[in-house]
Formats: sequence, structure tokens, C-alpha cells
Amino acid sequence: MSIDHNHPQGVMVRIPTQLRTLTGGAGEVVVEGPTVVEVLKALDASHPGIAERIFDDSGKIRRSVNVFVSDEDIRFLEGADTPVSPGQTVSIIPAVAGG
Amino acid sequence: MPYVEGLRCRECGRSYPAEALHVCEFCFGPLEVAYDYEAIAAAVSRDRIAAGPPSIWRYAPLLPAAAEGAVDLGAGWTPLLRADRLAAELGLGELWLKNDTMNPTGSFKDRVTSVALTKARELGFKVAACASTGNLANAVAAHAARAGMRSYVFIPHDLELAKVVTTAIYGGNVIAIEGNYDDVNRLCAELTSEHPTWAFVNVNVRTYYAEGSKTLAFEVAEQLGWRAPDHVVVPIASGSQLTKIHKGFQELATVGLLDEPPATRMSGAQAAGCSPVATAFAEGHDFVRPVRPATIAKSLAIGNPADGPYALDVVRSTGGAIGSVTDAEIVEGIRLLARTEGVFAETAGGVTIATLAKLAATGVVRRDERVVAYITGNGLKTLDAVAPQCGPTATIKPNIEAFNAAVETEDPAS
Repeated sequence: MSIDHNHPQGVMVRIPTQLRTLTGGAGEVVVEGPTVVEVLKALDASHPGIAERIFDDSGKIRRSVNVFVSDEDIRFLEGADTPVSPGQTVSIIPAVAGG
Repeated sequence: MPYVEGLRCRECGRSYPAEALHVCEFCFGPLEVAYDYEAIAAAVSRDRIAAGPPSIWRYAPLLPAAAEGAVDLGAGWTPLLRADRLAAELGLGELWLKNDTMNPTGSFKDRVTSVALTKARELGFKVAACASTGNLANAVAAHAARAGMRSYVFIPHDLELAKVVTTAIYGGNVIAIEGNYDDVNRLCAELTSEHPTWAFVNVNVRTYYAEGSKTLAFEVAEQLGWRAPDHVVVPIASGSQLTKIHKGFQELATVGLLDEPPATRMSGAQAAGCSPVATAFAEGHDFVRPVRPATIAKSLAIGNPADGPYALDVVRSTGGAIGSVTDAEIVEGIRLLARTEGVFAETAGGVTIATLAKLAATGVVRRDERVVAYITGNGLKTLDAVAPQCGPTATIKPNIEAFNAAVETEDPAS
């Protein structure tokens, strides 16, 4: 896995266009958290409104949202419980693309 | 274009203006084009369509971009061939081939690209881009050249040589990514956020792009005398093409162009080395678990298919099935199609024919059905797949004795 040394204290989350109205236009936000789901909750704490967009009513990541840790689809890892280390990048990407 | 009302989220129903948007800002669901079907019904007729151009643009009222000034290399209006010899081999009755190898760059991707870049130009875009397994790369590079647009085409680094050459020749940027198609797709989804002035045909203008595949249904129905077939077999990569062919038959009925409502069974075909949708179908899931592709059918090698769940819905609701076939069966499918009907398909066509053979053998595709198999790409693009099996019957000195010694001949009685 690649380590990005530009943000050694936290996890960098890459924000898709669709969520940038909630981040003041920022494409990258640094937060802290030990797993993907904790990182996303931390993102919602600093930028309220993100959680209802990413999670469905049952609290699962929507099937229309793909999440990657260091460019790897979390469905090939441990899903929402995938561990994340400081320095890693989490990408939130709309699932509906390509083909 | 005057018939487009806007865009609507397929998941939550929110409405959006007809701009370069592909997913719902709220729930990330895919956006669909919403049309004023009453106005279309009043405007279209079989005669008007028949008097239109021999291309996808004969169906312009049912497309989300205007025919005037279209980015057009002549995509569409490809032959529908009756395939009696193949039908006999497979134990089927009335079988037809939609021969989309005949498109300008040799695949159905010319249809979707023509629609996407026409709409992109309407929206003011000057740069065309895409994530591609090869066929789309050809189509986007060619149509961008035709339109005088700059292009950035992203492909997996291990694509067939023919698909790289037949993209690069058009002079745009071809970026080979050290990864598989799903890696390319993820990168392009991220680049779309960084370069909002680029029209990624299968990302930010995907809503319009995908509509181009409806013409595969429109043409087949028109070519069958304005009747929808009983059963179609369609290759599945992202799953978009299958869902849009289904939508196309439905729309023809909605606007009054069919005498009878369509009851077309929709079946899908995948390569065993990349069969996430076939697996979900077999296991009864309504979600698709992504896989890492390993198949010679590179044009179908999408391990994380965006429209997989929707393709499953369509196949199940119409009483179809989804089969998968091995690489060896794909090669045999290509050869069977070529040998019996004179059509040389790329690997995706081999997937379709081999799956059709399986579905026929198991009775899913029936002898009493009018069946259409979609052959969506040209075999010259994937020569490597069949090259080991195909060479000269003999190599000889230029004289009769050598010929007689080397070749068994047969002279039919006259």
C-alpha cells in the first residue's frame, strides 16, 4: 500500500464533486479514525450532512457509493471495517461510471 | 432534444436540469433522461423514421441530443442478418444476428459516443474523454477527431495491440494505466472532479451516452417489421447496454410505434473469467459482488459493473437468464459464428454466441422463439484470441503437383 507523507497525522479523504457543497468546495479533507466507517463518521462530524448522503437508512454504505483505501476497493478488503492508518488516503467515488 | 424534460434519479426520484450530471447529488443514484413521451408520440411515425438517415439519428426524437450538427460518422443502421445455418447448429428456429461489427470503428460504442459527444458539444464541452476497455477508446478518439475536439482516452496497459493502434491513429491522447479497467474507471471518476470542463463520455455525460444503446432495440424492431423479438441475448460488461435495449423496446411501445406491447425476454452473456453479474443471477442476489477479471474477453472485463443490479432486475423481470462461458468456449463461439454465418466477431461476440449455445442447449432460449443475438464488435480488433487456431490450410510451392499433394479437394457435381 502506498503512504502519502503529506498528512502523516490523519487520513486524507478525497471528496467527489457531489459532496463538495458540504466541504466548502474542498476536494480533500483530513480527518482521524481507525477504520473506514469511523473516518466517514469523523468526516460527517466536521462537515455535517455527509453521512446521510453516503449511508442508507440502515447505516450501510449505499450501493451507489464506492469507497477506496489507498486505491483499493474496500469490498476487496474488510468493507466498512477496513482499517485505515494515518497517512493513507480514502476516496469516495460515485459507483455509477464506466462501461 | 425538444422532448427532453430533464434528468431524474433512478433511486430517489429527485429531478435535475439536463446538464452534465450523471449521478444524483443526494444519493449518488444514476440519473435517467426524462422525456415528454406524449409529444414524441405526436411527432414520430414509422414513415418519418423510414425517411430519416440510415444511422442512429433516424430516431432523434427518442435521443437526448439534436440531430442537427450531430457528431456523426454514420453509427448505426447496421444489418440484421437471418442466421439459419447457426440456428440449425444450435437447435434453434428463427435466429437473427444484429451485426454491429459494421459500425464506423467496428463496435456498438460508435452509437453511444455519437450521442454523448453531440450532447457534450451542445453543453459547450471542447474536450472528450473516457475510460475504456478498447472499443470505446476507438469510438471516442475517432468521433473527437471528427468533431475537432481534443481527446483523452484512458485504457488498461495490457489491451490488445489492435485496439491501441486503432485509437492512437486519430491523434488524441491515449493514456495506458498500470491496472485493470476498474482501476482506469476509478481514476477517471476522480479526474472528472478535477477536470469539470472535460466530457468523460461514460462518467459525467454517461446519462446521455447510455441512451445511445436504445438504438440497438429501435433498429431491430424496425428491421423485424416493427415487432419486438421474443428473446434477445446481449453481452454484459457494465450492464448498461442490456438495460437500454430493454428500455428501447418499451419506449417504442410507449410512443405507439409497435402494434403489440413488447414481451422480449432479455438474457445476458458474460465470460467466466469476469462474471460478477452471472454469479449474482445464479445465486439469487440483487447486488453484485465485484471480481478481478481474468479473461480474453477484455471488452467485457469490468469486475465492478455500474449497472449490474439494474441488468439483474431486467433479466429477472423479463424471464431471461445470464450465462457465462470459458475462454475456450469464447474462441469456439467466434469460430462457429464465422464458419456458419460469415461474421467475424471480437471476443465479446464469442461470449454472446457461446452463451446462446448454452442457453439453447438448456432450453432457456427456445426453438419457438424469434431470437436476436447482438454481435457488438469486430473480430479484427482481437486477432490474438483466434490467431493460434487460424492459419493457412497449407503452404506450398506454386505448382499443381504440390497443391494436389497438400490439399484434399472436393468438386461438387454440377
